[in-house]
Amino acid sequence: MLAKRIIPCLDVKNGRNVRGVKFSADKDAGDPIDLARRYDAEGADELVFYDITASAEKRDIVAALVRRVSEEVFIPFTVGGGVRTFEDIRTIIEEGAEKASINSAAVRNPDIINEGSRSFGSQAIVGSMDAIRRGEEDESEGVWWEVVVDGGRTPTGKDAVAWAEELVQRGAGELVLNSIDADGTKDGYDVVFTRTVADRVNVPIVASGGCGGPDHMFDVLDRGQASAALAASIFHYEQYSIPEVKTYLANRGVTVRPRLDLGL
Amino acid sequence: MIAIVDYGMGNLRSVQKGFARVGHEAEITADPDRVANARGIVLPGVGAFGDAMINLGDAGLTSPIVKAVSEGVPFLGICLGLQLLFTESEELGVHRGLDLLAGKVCLFPEGQRIPQIGWNQIHIQRETPLLAGVPDGAFFYFVHSYYVSPSRKEDGIASTDYGIDYVAIAGAENVFGVQFHPEKSQDAGLKILSNFGNLAG
Repeated sequence: MLAKRIIPCLDVKNGRNVRGVKFSADKDAGDPIDLARRYDAEGADELVFYDITASAEKRDIVAALVRRVSEEVFIPFTVGGGVRTFEDIRTIIEEGAEKASINSAAVRNPDIINEGSRSFGSQAIVGSMDAIRRGEEDESEGVWWEVVVDGGRTPTGKDAVAWAEELVQRGAGELVLNSIDADGTKDGYDVVFTRTVADRVNVPIVASGGCGGPDHMFDVLDRGQASAALAASIFHYEQYSIPEVKTYLANRGVTVRPRLDLGL
Repeated sequence: MIAIVDYGMGNLRSVQKGFARVGHEAEITADPDRVANARGIVLPGVGAFGDAMINLGDAGLTSPIVKAVSEGVPFLGICLGLQLLFTESEELGVHRGLDLLAGKVCLFPEGQRIPQIGWNQIHIQRETPLLAGVPDGAFFYFVHSYYVSPSRKEDGIASTDYGIDYVAIAGAENVFGVQFHPEKSQDAGLKILSNFGNLAG
């Protein structure tokens, strides 16, 4: 059986962790490689590096990070955050990441999805979106979700479900759905949004935003039909470890990958 | 020397780093002579089957690979590299493969999300040195939309369930192919790279 994936997200800037991370005294709290190694050792199925570097050297900084990660960590990883051009995608893939995640740039220039998937394959191109819930459940028109860009600040008028279909049609091999309403609340993912998109497209869906614990992951993987659940804070601040999450999910009948230690 | 064949189909450095991690030196090369003289040949790759065969042919790599394999040099195909071992593929039209193993490459039937992305289990059908120390039921990282269907049942080494039971590891004698990415499958995958490195001597 294909396992549901648990994906820690690391926020990095200028090659350093952004969030404060508790570490034992001998560890460098700022080095994302240390954190990536820890997640790998705990049995994370994949990692996402979300880069918020805003300098002119961004591409070189990202390239150096990707190169180091691929030397140290033998699980798949994705790089997102300000991926704007074909050259950005090429750098990320050629330095050793599995996937480049494209968000606002795809809204502004949708052809980047076609170009990326044509050159590197659909499996390398993740269509990522931030969405906000609009309307009320009891209104005749019901709820819909609007795509927003620039980290949630700029509304686009785009319907998120239709945009998801377009991203897939253009060649995205996977979608990350980040709910701006849920993000940071720890009240759970937007399960209805996730399920609505999952029912409309045939590629794997990664749910993002709102995770406060393993019960939320269960909901979005089960009712939400997500293939993977992404979380940041609960792992960064060690509220839950990856083995704890996986044990919880396994006990509720979800197929997860146990960590296999062959001493290598 | 283990040769990782560079024919313009995806990132090869992760495979090289995987071998390095388990103590085997591997060289990324597009040179037909280096490939012809290698003690082991690794053919990774992601992308379209037809493009891959054209690239191999244009680079003068097809015949050195086929010749070395027929002389008994250990060969490992990874992902697209497994699929290229077979007679033909139905990906975007019908394309001829290397035909080192008899069979064809087919699109997953409807009913599952495509591509399959993620960790899935292998069910070992028969023992092989490539799988020494790898437990039955181990998870590996898969990313693919097409799967191989060998003509000879005995060419299937391990199977995986994704709506259908399909062959995840194929091989005969010195030829092996794995549908998953051992270089991204943590200890289980590194063990396979280590075993292949030992086979290549």
